[in-house]
Amino acid sequence: MIVSGIAAGSTYALMGMAMVIIYKTSEVPNFAQGEMALATSFFTLMLLEQRGLPYHLAFPAAFLFAIGLGCLLEFAVLRRAKEPSVLGFIVITIGLEMILMGLVSWKFGADPKTMPFPISPYDSIAIGGVFISSLELLTLFVALVLMIILFIFFRFSKLGMAMKATQQNHTAARLMGIRTNRMLMLTWGISSLVGCTAGLLISPITMQPYMMWDPMLKGFAAAVMGGMTSLPGAVFGAYILGIIENLFGGYVSIEFKSVIAFIIIVLVLCIRPSGLFSRHYVKKV
Amino acid sequence: MDMKRDYYEDVQLFTSGVVLFWFVVLLSLIAVLPFVVKNYYIYVANFVAINVIVAIGLNILVGYTGQISLGHAGFFAIGAYGTILLMTKLHFPFLLALPAAALVAALFGFLLGLPALRLEGPYLAIATLGFGLTITQVIGRIELFGGRQGLHTPELIIGSWHLNSDRDFYCLLMPLTILLALGARNLIKTKVGRAFIAIRDADIAAETMGVNLVFYKTLAFAVSAFYAGIAGGLYAFVLRYIEPEIFTLMMSIMFLAMVVVGGLGSIFGAIAGAALLSWLDLQLRNILDMPYIGDWLEALSKNYFSITGVSNIQFIVFGFIMILIMLFEPLGLYGIWIRTKKYWRMWPF
Repeated sequence: MIVSGIAAGSTYALMGMAMVIIYKTSEVPNFAQGEMALATSFFTLMLLEQRGLPYHLAFPAAFLFAIGLGCLLEFAVLRRAKEPSVLGFIVITIGLEMILMGLVSWKFGADPKTMPFPISPYDSIAIGGVFISSLELLTLFVALVLMIILFIFFRFSKLGMAMKATQQNHTAARLMGIRTNRMLMLTWGISSLVGCTAGLLISPITMQPYMMWDPMLKGFAAAVMGGMTSLPGAVFGAYILGIIENLFGGYVSIEFKSVIAFIIIVLVLCIRPSGLFSRHYVKKV
Repeated sequence: MDMKRDYYEDVQLFTSGVVLFWFVVLLSLIAVLPFVVKNYYIYVANFVAINVIVAIGLNILVGYTGQISLGHAGFFAIGAYGTILLMTKLHFPFLLALPAAALVAALFGFLLGLPALRLEGPYLAIATLGFGLTITQVIGRIELFGGRQGLHTPELIIGSWHLNSDRDFYCLLMPLTILLALGARNLIKTKVGRAFIAIRDADIAAETMGVNLVFYKTLAFAVSAFYAGIAGGLYAFVLRYIEPEIFTLMMSIMFLAMVVVGGLGSIFGAIAGAALLSWLDLQLRNILDMPYIGDWLEALSKNYFSITGVSNIQFIVFGFIMILIMLFEPLGLYGIWIRTKKYWRMWPF
């Protein structure tokens, strides 16, 4: 049960990291994250089924599509916002989310689809006496690899450093010759890429226009629990959430499984208003 | 342009004869409406009026106090279920059950306001969102609330007046809506309203000036929840049947969209936004029957999209409205109205 909790946590972790990446650099709580991943998943489905592309071409194309979509949304919508406030950003991203979801479900209809995937979701492998489905294992693996890559990227690469600089002080970064607008756009691209892996890993299990609601909200909740500005925080929050949720579902009541996550979030926020892993900034008047 | 010389000039309801004239015109239009239009439009008007009540309440919280709520469907649900249960199980009369249920919603609003004291921005958004989802989930799983099957509303009787048709209900709903709108407008002009606005503009500064943050923030949540609760109780009688699936996150999002599209921090804006979006909501549900664009959309759907998903066009339309308003007119419909008024005042110069 803990194992499947960890697997669920991996999906939340991917979504949570995607949201944190955007929030860190631009302070936008991105409600459209799930639907960006949804659009990418359905794009992949279209490539695989209608165009008949093999996997090794379709998946890279999907990743490119995800990056492009993220950059496009930032460039076309978010950058145009005149007087950005948190509420304004929430409304804009919810608007984007509705447009994307509407377009996807208009295009593909409301009925569930099946996504062809190299690994069947029903295979399972025994590791040390515990059965784990190979898709869950893949999810876990992908999440871990992405975490390490992101860590290295933000710590050591020039681009990652530039993004961190943009986050810390916009004006100073600009004065140092960093094209901050371009950095923001790239941030959206990377975040969209991270989110889309979550979408692709969910799609073999369920494939319908509402599939990303739950992972997105849980990922968001996990990110909030971890502090919204720290990647390790989001990952930690996601795994805690996944494990508690599954334990609660197993031992207490399966019906209230999805509620418990939000109750925990509210409790955590009561004690630490800025999440577990971030310093509390006191706003100046 | 409008200089206020004393306090009474600021709080008076009708700043000029022109305003009074249009107010009377509006009132008489509302009064005449049920006798001249078809039954369907009465239903539309009821639907709009209920959304207006919620939007006014939410605007007190979001527009005036500057807090974010993505959980108003939860208060709405508490109002709806509370009213029905009080009437069927405890045999309360309607006029007592409605405010009682709304007070329960207000109590929940107060409870949600407590964690909200320390939260802001996305943290507050996720907390309220979680509240809304939790309420829906809990209601759907408990036998008393009818579970997934939902509840039917009992017969609505006030004294010797049987309200059977939409038309009768309109006669009850409209005075209530007007009363609540005026109530909100007056609340904003009192000490309480000024405290709300001070909290929105700078909460620490407000606290230094002697505004009790704990009291006023929770009060804002409670008042807003009260409005949502009243609206929920009335909504149950418009639908005549409620189930947990109605009170979704999408509903909370729509309420927030109404306030933002209409204009933050203005009663007029809340009314305009609620009217526009709820009217559009009803119209877009059967978009293929619309004149002119219906056929074109059907052909488009058959050729490029899918016909089963055509109802999702309404999400696209709402999304575009929300984004365009935020990008080009952050003050919403109210801002557009102000600008037009200013333009024509000096026309043609």
